[in-house]
Amino acid sequence: MIRFLLRRIGVVIPTFLSITLLAFSLIHLIPGDPILVMMGERHIDPEFYKLAMQKLGLDQPLYLQYWHYLVHALHGDLGLSVRSQVPVMQEFLTLFPATVELSICAMIFATVVGLGAGIIAAVKRGTVADHGVMGVALAGYSMPIFWWGLILIMVFSVQLGITPVSGRIDLLYDVTPVTGLMLIDTLLAHDMDAFRSALSHLILPSIVLGTIPMAVIARMTRSSMLEVLREDYIRTARAKGLSMTRIVLVHALRNALMPVITVIGLQVGTLLAGAVLTETIFSWPGVGSWLINAIGARDYPVVQGGILLIATLIIFVNLLVDVLYGVINPRIRHAR
Amino acid sequence: MKQMKAGIVLASVLALATGASLAAGKTLIYCSEGSPAGFDPARYTTGTDFDASAETIYNRLVEFVPGSTQIRPGLADKWDVSADGRTYTFYLHKGVKFHTTPYFKPTRDFNADDVIFTFARLTDKNLPFNKATNATYPYASDMGMDSNIAKVEKIDPYTVKISLNKVDAAFLQNIAMSFASVMSAEYADQLMKTGKADQINTQPIGTGPFIFQAYQKDSVIRYNGNTEYWRKGDVRLDKLIFAITTDPSVRYQKLQKGECQIMSYPRPADLKAMQANPALKVPSQAGFNLGYVSYNVTHKPLDKVEVRQALDMAINKKAIIDAVYQGAGQLATNPMPPTQWSYNKTLKDAPLDVNKAKALLAKAGLPNGFEITLWAMPVQRPYNPNAKLMAEMIQNDWAKIGVKAKIVTYEWGEYIKRARAGEDDAMLIGWNGDNGDPDNWLGTLLGCEAVDGNNYGKWCQKDFNDLIVKARSLPNQAERTKLYEQAQVIFKRDVPYTPVAHSTVYQPMRKEVDGFKISPFALNAFYGVGLK
Repeated sequence: MIRFLLRRIGVVIPTFLSITLLAFSLIHLIPGDPILVMMGERHIDPEFYKLAMQKLGLDQPLYLQYWHYLVHALHGDLGLSVRSQVPVMQEFLTLFPATVELSICAMIFATVVGLGAGIIAAVKRGTVADHGVMGVALAGYSMPIFWWGLILIMVFSVQLGITPVSGRIDLLYDVTPVTGLMLIDTLLAHDMDAFRSALSHLILPSIVLGTIPMAVIARMTRSSMLEVLREDYIRTARAKGLSMTRIVLVHALRNALMPVITVIGLQVGTLLAGAVLTETIFSWPGVGSWLINAIGARDYPVVQGGILLIATLIIFVNLLVDVLYGVINPRIRHAR
Repeated sequence: MKQMKAGIVLASVLALATGASLAAGKTLIYCSEGSPAGFDPARYTTGTDFDASAETIYNRLVEFVPGSTQIRPGLADKWDVSADGRTYTFYLHKGVKFHTTPYFKPTRDFNADDVIFTFARLTDKNLPFNKATNATYPYASDMGMDSNIAKVEKIDPYTVKISLNKVDAAFLQNIAMSFASVMSAEYADQLMKTGKADQINTQPIGTGPFIFQAYQKDSVIRYNGNTEYWRKGDVRLDKLIFAITTDPSVRYQKLQKGECQIMSYPRPADLKAMQANPALKVPSQAGFNLGYVSYNVTHKPLDKVEVRQALDMAINKKAIIDAVYQGAGQLATNPMPPTQWSYNKTLKDAPLDVNKAKALLAKAGLPNGFEITLWAMPVQRPYNPNAKLMAEMIQNDWAKIGVKAKIVTYEWGEYIKRARAGEDDAMLIGWNGDNGDPDNWLGTLLGCEAVDGNNYGKWCQKDFNDLIVKARSLPNQAERTKLYEQAQVIFKRDVPYTPVAHSTVYQPMRKEVDGFKISPFALNAFYGVGLK
């Protein structure tokens, strides 16, 4: 097991280094710099420009800038945001809980609905229900997130008035952040009205962010279930006279879940990518919208640090999934 | 069991330490367009930053009358200007309190020391406070404040004298701008002593109508109404909340649903629906801005005045206003908006005339037309909501007189950099007025000293420049007006650029909002705003 772990970690280090290099090069390849973008059509005195670039350390050759960034990053220092002069790590930690909360809720939605839809489609294979559910899943998979979000807001928030339009909570509630997770913070404050408000604000963004993973999970569940339902032991269970519900939920689902869990693990990346758009539409103060704004402002430290932190997180989740596989299935652990 | 008990105790402690409270009284929620980079207005250049700091938390010695380009007394009750126009003496308002917050408790009222600190920060690179914050002040530098302020002296605790190196007729307007917001010297001292000078950008202290309470990036900014505000009647709200909502469609939907009472920057396409909504009102004001096509006079054949005149008269401005501004624009004739004092009302546009334009080209030796590049901005600006479409329309107009325009675009920072280097032939650009002074249009955009800056056309015309340089040094507005009117005649004769449109500013809000004034400078201030 230790050898397996070391082997995995050995792969992580070059991946990590490549990400730092990629994040650094990509943002520096985009023309423009933070000062030019900030000044727009205003005049910049050349002396002032030189001084400002010097203060930001942007007057040094690129390889030196990269080296400083790498050395500092390895010490856990991701630098200061060019715009706000606040440490990148501090900004990330303030915003990340919002993304986590949204991602968890989106995943719950995707898993519950995706599994349910996949099971129904498999059990009712070839019927209208199957085609209907799979059609919806396909549509969900190809839905442009921006459009989908605006449509849901228009229907459920503006026309029907059921859900709030955007944000994390009704702003008339002034909740002191403790964990950064609004649902927990409102509970800690013993304010059930605020909790309900936070919950209602999560509904639409969770649906929007969870739609693509939901579609993937539904399709995977269906095909996995269909395979399992053809197995001999299912036929035996039927022959024993067990109810269909028991056969599906107890005997088939448990075995069909393995590949589905893999897919759920892989969706973490999709969720974080989708969060960029979802957060923009729903004014959700998470790391997605933070990164987008930073790219626009050429806030190099934020872009580099943000990408690095998110990539590290994805690497860590993948490592965790690998290790879990190893625990569940020893054959993977011993494979070279 | 022990663990459970510990859990209960921890939860109770946390519950005591934290809290959620429901805002009571008159609370106004404003759907703003983005997060401010910080709360020190001198460090930034955009309205988003200024709305969150200068317009709420701070005051200036001299301020703009809400909704106008005229100035009024701010923290200075009155001022004298010396005969040579280079020395200003300000008499400060007494009894003005700086905000009391959990992080700062002032021990004294506002006085001359605060004014001295404010201007020292903008002008003295070696000020220990500046060294400690590592901040730069681009707007002050852009307006020439860092180089022109020679000395700031304290005459007595409530009198300050500012001396300039050279006469600047727009000086009072300049110090009414957001970057010149007055800071507390006492707070700065406290920050320096605790080694947290940069906190001035995250925990601001001012004298303004609203006291900073909390900020959550990309989410919300909270302010409390300043009950001790020195200008009575300006604070009619108990709480002011900025709901940061970047997407304009979502801002509109929040406004419709009553999740906010005022919103910034509507999409032109939503305006009709907004105006038809009985719960909303959409006041508007002619924008204090100008979108234009600049001609690079250092490139042939644009150096010939006939060529520029031909291009100018071939542009169908009316069609552009309908399509690009969707009607929310005003046809531009002069190099400044009509609301700017000294606007020359006698000037007229050359009528749209393809044949005459062709004749002018023939006269310039180009009967078969020519090819040029036409640059289009990659971003939406307040003075031009869709530069790409505008470029395509102009390309089409010019094709009718035989001029083939190739549309070029670059990333925004690069666009400006290359344009300043003179790489363009013709380009779309524009300007938002900074301070209500005519020099901010004629000097900043067309003066000879701006040829490496905002004078993108590199047009340096001696008779024009002499007039604006002279006007800048005169204290008398009537005399200045005469010179600026003459300068506009020269502009119209030489056509260094074609003014296209002034975009109209719309400010959608719910009907219950009362007292909001649209700023000509595209700022959002809540002085005197209340809820019915």
